[in-house]
Amino acid sequence: MTALASARAGFGGRSRLARRPIALAALGLVGLAIVVVAGVAAGSVAVPPGDTLAILAHRIFGLDLGATWTQAEETIVVDLRLPRVLTAMTVGAGLAVAGATFQGVLRNPLADPYVLGTASGAALGAAVAVIVPVRTVVLEFGLLHGLAFAGALGAVFLVYRLSRVGGHGQMTSLLLTGYAVGSLLAAGLAMAMYLSGTGLRQIFSYLLGGFEAASWIRFATALPLVLGASALILARARSLNGFLLGEEAAAHLGVDVRRERAILLGLASLATAAAVAVSGLIGFVGLVAPHVVRLAVGPNARLVLPLAALLGAILMVAADLTARLVGEIPVGVVTAVIGAPFFLALLRRTRAGYEL
Amino acid sequence: MTADDRPAARAAALRVERLTVAYRGRPALSDVDLHVAAGERLALVGPNGAGKSTLLRAIVGLVEPTVGTVELAGTRIDRLDRLAIARRIAVVPQLPQLPFATTVEEVVALGRLPHEHPIRGLRPADRAAIAGAIDRVGVGHLLGRDARELSLGERQLVLLALAVAQAAPILVLDEPTVHLDLRHQVEVMELLADLNARDGTTIIAVLHDVGLAAHFFPRIVVLDHGRLIADGPPEDALGEERIREVFGVDPALVRVPLPAPA
Repeated sequence: MTALASARAGFGGRSRLARRPIALAALGLVGLAIVVVAGVAAGSVAVPPGDTLAILAHRIFGLDLGATWTQAEETIVVDLRLPRVLTAMTVGAGLAVAGATFQGVLRNPLADPYVLGTASGAALGAAVAVIVPVRTVVLEFGLLHGLAFAGALGAVFLVYRLSRVGGHGQMTSLLLTGYAVGSLLAAGLAMAMYLSGTGLRQIFSYLLGGFEAASWIRFATALPLVLGASALILARARSLNGFLLGEEAAAHLGVDVRRERAILLGLASLATAAAVAVSGLIGFVGLVAPHVVRLAVGPNARLVLPLAALLGAILMVAADLTARLVGEIPVGVVTAVIGAPFFLALLRRTRAGYEL
Repeated sequence: MTADDRPAARAAALRVERLTVAYRGRPALSDVDLHVAAGERLALVGPNGAGKSTLLRAIVGLVEPTVGTVELAGTRIDRLDRLAIARRIAVVPQLPQLPFATTVEEVVALGRLPHEHPIRGLRPADRAAIAGAIDRVGVGHLLGRDARELSLGERQLVLLALAVAQAAPILVLDEPTVHLDLRHQVEVMELLADLNARDGTTIIAVLHDVGLAAHFFPRIVVLDHGRLIADGPPEDALGEERIREVFGVDPALVRVPLPAPA
């Protein structure tokens, strides 16, 4: 034993278990506060940050900070920009948590919230909603939101069921089935777009994603779904950590693999569906945010999930702000322009390859 | 000393009764009886395809018996959930390709999953167990390394540390020394003996190296063609005739160090 024990002497590396994620969380919260205020203040009509804070303090806490503002400014801040920024925050956090979960359960660093067909399902749902001549609006939710939500969840359910037919729902089978079903749904989407005529622009704008249609009611509907799903995923961090070593090892470490995989994939899909129903398809945030966090704190899901949510929220609010300042370009374009180079850099770092 | 010589007060850690496991009708294990008392140390040997791995998987409840039962400390394994099994049996896992950069310390910490707080995660007792396991297996010099960059032998030691950190009353190992050099093979065997003697951990190890098994394990179980054909101290279970019969080689090649060292 002495030879084994003496081998420890050379250890000089830092222990990541002892790192302080609380400092990072504090930093993240400050960052989030900054982008939220900036996101509410900036836009086609700029409201000075001081006035923005005063309006927010007045409306949220009933405080009087001694500043004066016009009624128009208050309307812009409270009714237009605040719900927009909060929706972007929620969507960014939800996609980041869903991305971290899909990556962890599928043990694939290249997985994102859309990997099992949520994106193509939601897109097809939205496209169908545009071309059918039915217009219903319930609580500001049109057919488009409803069918996008249902399409996202339906696609994942289909992928999950189909992947279990051959064997026992293994990860490779899930990913390949997701790809196949996604392609099929994409064909349906192409057909729907071909048939859509004047609705094409509306479908297209959904595919690119954005927050210009945000409202308080849509925010209030998406928030509990994203928050609830994320909290339930966080409560299962143990299982997510178990999957790190593969399904067999996870079973040895006390994880009921089949059940936990189904629950985690279901919750992540729910968060994704809620996000895409209110914002359309916005890529890269769900892929990138978890990886950035893992570089800082390692793969422990208990740290990765909350910090990725924070980072996803910051990135999405910042992306939406950038999109507005550039001139109302789609948010999906901004996240892709920032996310794609990052993704390429990440791929170059991945030396050991990954298991599909 | 065989199980029968041990004090009657010693509780059964594991009881396998009339276990038959068939894959698509082809039996991998036939009618295996195995009783292991708490604090025993036994090696499972046999040629490739003898059913050793199937037996290990059945012991931890990952294969359902076609016939027969497996009991852990008096409870049928099909009545225990995965978490309860993980607290009773630690299995040294295989290391698949890790999807993300993961330090050695983080890998060893996964051994505490069955014990950690579901929300708060690792508590001081867990951290102490992790540090203790790292110390005992002697992988402290690897702590900050990415586990994906380790050699096969280093990985094997790290995964052993994970299972030691799990601190279960039974430790199961499948070929724990296959990638190790001679010095580390001996050190791992000594560590297993130490866990057994000092902590009272019951050890069940599948070994291909019959010589190592005979030298370091007081009880040898021989499997062949899915049947348990011998069970006892090395000098009984691994006689020359049996080596020739089961492994199909001249015992001189195996160099079983019999009689067992004093």
